[in-house]
Amino acid sequence: MKYEIIVVGGGHAGCEAALAASRKGHKTLLITGNIKNIADTPCNPSIGGPAKGVVVREIDALGGEMGKNTDKSILQIKKLNTKKGPAVQALRAQIDKTIYPQEMLKTLQKEENLEIKENIVENLIIENNTIKAVITKNNEKIYADAVILTTGTYLKGMILRGDKKNSGGPHGEEPSLHLSDKLKELGFTIQRLKTGTPPRIKIDTIDFTKGLEQPGDNYPLSFSYMNEIKYDVENQEKCYLIYTTPNTHKIINENLQKSSMYGGYVEGVGPRYCPSIEDKIVRFNDKERHQLFLEPESLYYDDIYIQGFSTSMPEDVQEQMVHSLPGLENAQILKYAYAIEYDAIDPTQLKQSLETKIIKNLFTAGQINGTSGYEEAACQGLIAGINASLKLEGKKPLILKRNEAYIGVLIDDLVTKGTKEPYRLLTSRAEYRLLLRDDNADQRLSEKGYEIGLLKEEQYQKYKQKEQTINKLIEELKTIYIKPTNNELNIELKDRISLFELLKRPEINLTNLTKYLKNNYEEEIINKTQIMVKYEGYIKKQEREAKKISEYDEIIIPEDTDFKKISNLALEAREKLQKVKPTSIGQAMRISGVNPSDISILMIYLKRGNKNND
Amino acid sequence: MNDTIAAISTSLGVGAISIIRVSGLEAIKEVNKITKANILEKESHTIIYTYIEENNETIDEVLVTIMKAPKTFTREDIVEINCHGGIATTKKVLELLLKQNIRLAEPGEFTKRAFINGRIDLTQAEAVMDLINVKSDAARQIAINNLKGKTTKKIKILREKISDILTNIEVNIDYPEYQDIEEMTVEKIENELDNIKYELDKIIENSKNSKIIKDGISIAIIGRPNVGKSSILNMFSGYEKAIVTDIAGTTRDVVEESIILDGIQLNLIDTAGIRQTKDIVEQIGVERSKQAIETADLVLLVLNNNEQLKKEDKDLLELSKNKKRIIIINKNDLAQKIDINELKREEIVTTNTIKDDGIKELKEKIKEMFNLEKITTKDYNYVSNINQLRKIEESRNSIENIRKNIENNLPIDIIEIDLKYIWDVLGEVIGETYQEELLDNLFSKFCVGK
Repeated sequence: MKYEIIVVGGGHAGCEAALAASRKGHKTLLITGNIKNIADTPCNPSIGGPAKGVVVREIDALGGEMGKNTDKSILQIKKLNTKKGPAVQALRAQIDKTIYPQEMLKTLQKEENLEIKENIVENLIIENNTIKAVITKNNEKIYADAVILTTGTYLKGMILRGDKKNSGGPHGEEPSLHLSDKLKELGFTIQRLKTGTPPRIKIDTIDFTKGLEQPGDNYPLSFSYMNEIKYDVENQEKCYLIYTTPNTHKIINENLQKSSMYGGYVEGVGPRYCPSIEDKIVRFNDKERHQLFLEPESLYYDDIYIQGFSTSMPEDVQEQMVHSLPGLENAQILKYAYAIEYDAIDPTQLKQSLETKIIKNLFTAGQINGTSGYEEAACQGLIAGINASLKLEGKKPLILKRNEAYIGVLIDDLVTKGTKEPYRLLTSRAEYRLLLRDDNADQRLSEKGYEIGLLKEEQYQKYKQKEQTINKLIEELKTIYIKPTNNELNIELKDRISLFELLKRPEINLTNLTKYLKNNYEEEIINKTQIMVKYEGYIKKQEREAKKISEYDEIIIPEDTDFKKISNLALEAREKLQKVKPTSIGQAMRISGVNPSDISILMIYLKRGNKNND
Repeated sequence: MNDTIAAISTSLGVGAISIIRVSGLEAIKEVNKITKANILEKESHTIIYTYIEENNETIDEVLVTIMKAPKTFTREDIVEINCHGGIATTKKVLELLLKQNIRLAEPGEFTKRAFINGRIDLTQAEAVMDLINVKSDAARQIAINNLKGKTTKKIKILREKISDILTNIEVNIDYPEYQDIEEMTVEKIENELDNIKYELDKIIENSKNSKIIKDGISIAIIGRPNVGKSSILNMFSGYEKAIVTDIAGTTRDVVEESIILDGIQLNLIDTAGIRQTKDIVEQIGVERSKQAIETADLVLLVLNNNEQLKKEDKDLLELSKNKKRIIIINKNDLAQKIDINELKREEIVTTNTIKDDGIKELKEKIKEMFNLEKITTKDYNYVSNINQLRKIEESRNSIENIRKNIENNLPIDIIEIDLKYIWDVLGEVIGETYQEELLDNLFSKFCVGK
């Protein structure tokens, strides 16, 4: 059997990769251990949040699926950080864990060029440092021109509860036991990472009156720029806020050594931003209580997820811990919490395109690259799918810059700095977050998505239409003037002033000015335009700074540069550069331990090299 | 990369004219902002006689050379300003340039540009690279040394405070659902800002007052007539070939001449005619010496090896006893008649002005007493210092920006941009630019996560 592209793994990265590849017209095979687990959400029942929510919007603008699929499975949705300014707003939705995978599977099955197969990949066939085929556990060889590994937690996946260790995935599925050894043999550095998940509780055994209700926003919201509202805005599911009790802390402290983590059973490195409840209690022992959220998982089964309560305690201790929580005194645990360990590669062994440096046409995306989170995985899958396709088409890869997308920040961080813990995207990782807004992901990326061929005509036209409308509105704002005699607005004016200039005043809102406009505009247009006008100064400033940096990104370092031979470089810089093999001066500048003088020397070296070629 | 850079390209204090070189895309446009004459329309490779002005006040009378790309050293537009007003004025002009859209050149940067733009041939490449390496290391060293001690510590503490605010803002943004984490509001930020601004103002004030770096060391050479004061002075100048800049009237003191010692300016205070004829020298009275001693950071008291201490010697010793001083025992080629025991706790250098003997020891002694090796390497002391000062001033100005934004009710994510900028810039000043610092702080201070 021969395919153009094989995607190994059917999680969020695998789905986007397979869709991108097949939609770009390449004969694609998705291999997954279990079709039922396609686009599974084994951890929290939510998508989005600060930075991550913007990533979903970016995926949508590039023609990926996550935004649309989320819109089909919303239980509750909110816009976060609305009072904190335009740069940091983001959507977060509670999603139905039954609907989300179902809908994604339907979408995958609709693609003509995409086949799905149940199997486990255990080995790879490499010739001349190029991937040729994958070998399944029953020794079937499947050939392809490019392979994308999106193995999630399945490389030597290991579930831990107390001193119990079981080889397997989140639902006890079979892991791949040998693939990471093969990668190691090929020269990849393998690291062991860890993450965890809290217990799930039977809904009708919880007394929700003891929690504080957390409703969704009472106006329609959607991740996709298609703006299709498919949930009942008036009847959203609720979450509940509760707190740990002194008794919870006592139980945990008394049983600390029984947890996998403190008992010394875990090898992997866990993320700081996602500590288990025992970690929180040990590290912040002066805190009297920790907040937890009770979140619905699905309308089709009765599990409640306790956000903030992930643990690797043995089952009997988990029982005590859960029963110490307000409203959960009589709760029944449907699924015990666990920690999960898995193998990942060192992402500095990747190019910006997500192709591995060691093996040609082999791409990796998602947790195998050291990230954590559905959104982080999905966007890498999309980029890997796009770039594997572009490579087969003989075209240049799609590389998003740090000032173009959070996706660019994430991938650049990974391949430039690497990661020692599961990497989560945070807004503070972006230098230019005023440019990377939730409202303008379409403006940043629709053209790219369309050009690549993933963004559908209908959505692209919708975007173009919106652009025109915004321009029309700005034109109106610039040409309509308010006279000093105007006293409706309750402002002091010395001279006549354009609406555009007036809008820059902090006390003026565009909604106050709509009565002076000739046309009616949708709320989305009003909001977008208002941000563009009001924050013009800061936006331009960040654009200038970004432009300065991107000039350095455009100075290309040839792939065959041997940094060890640049004798004037400081030793530390030489080693770091040789490891990361930056493709541009800009990337080299971002490697820690590389100093400005090293950069000067590198630039001179490059210039000299070019000279010699003259 | 073709942003506009400037630096003083002659060694400070060497030569009566100092040249400031400006290179880059906007060089002519930016310099034009501070020249009285309009230099925008001038032809390439012409010299313009004009004045440098700030707020309509004349700073210096200068010759400005315009050289347009590509026939220039860097192959970019270059403007060279020949300043005539001495070191203090040249510095002032440079500072004025740096207030425009011009930044201070890194060590070796003109050469680097010359090379990158293909102006210098390949055989020079290795040398250039070595130069950049050495110079930037030196500059880095100075940057760190200059600020050793209290200032670094202060800036560190300020950065920690800012970092705490930033971290708090970040955690509010990235974990909005954590209701038990304190919300960082603009009111709280404002209180901290007052504090930070006060501290920055103090640092700026102190830096400006930092006499040694900015103005150099004032030295009074005193002694009774005919002990060899003028010869000592001439020996200094002969050795350094540097007594040239006449900055009388431009400074508060009666400084008449200055020389450069390892990048630090030594201002020799006029003790009524150091360079005048012996006849007049012999008229020096105690009164004049008294004045000189008062204004000096260092007193060089010259004594004659060949004579016993006289009353005037003892008077001068008494007058300068509370000052940092070096006793120069001159004429060491003649028989020693002076009673060294009377001077046993003093810093002593013996010299022989005829043989140029002892000047090296004298220089070493000055360096030792003022710890010059710690604060300077050649000319870059001044350069790195002005750079750091500029950055601290920028930080202070950004605080004003934040205030304005708070007044205008701008949201926290905009406020945070300027705050982050201050944090970054102060990090550059003390050489700490570890990017993950904020995240580390976030996860160690706040308990968040699933």
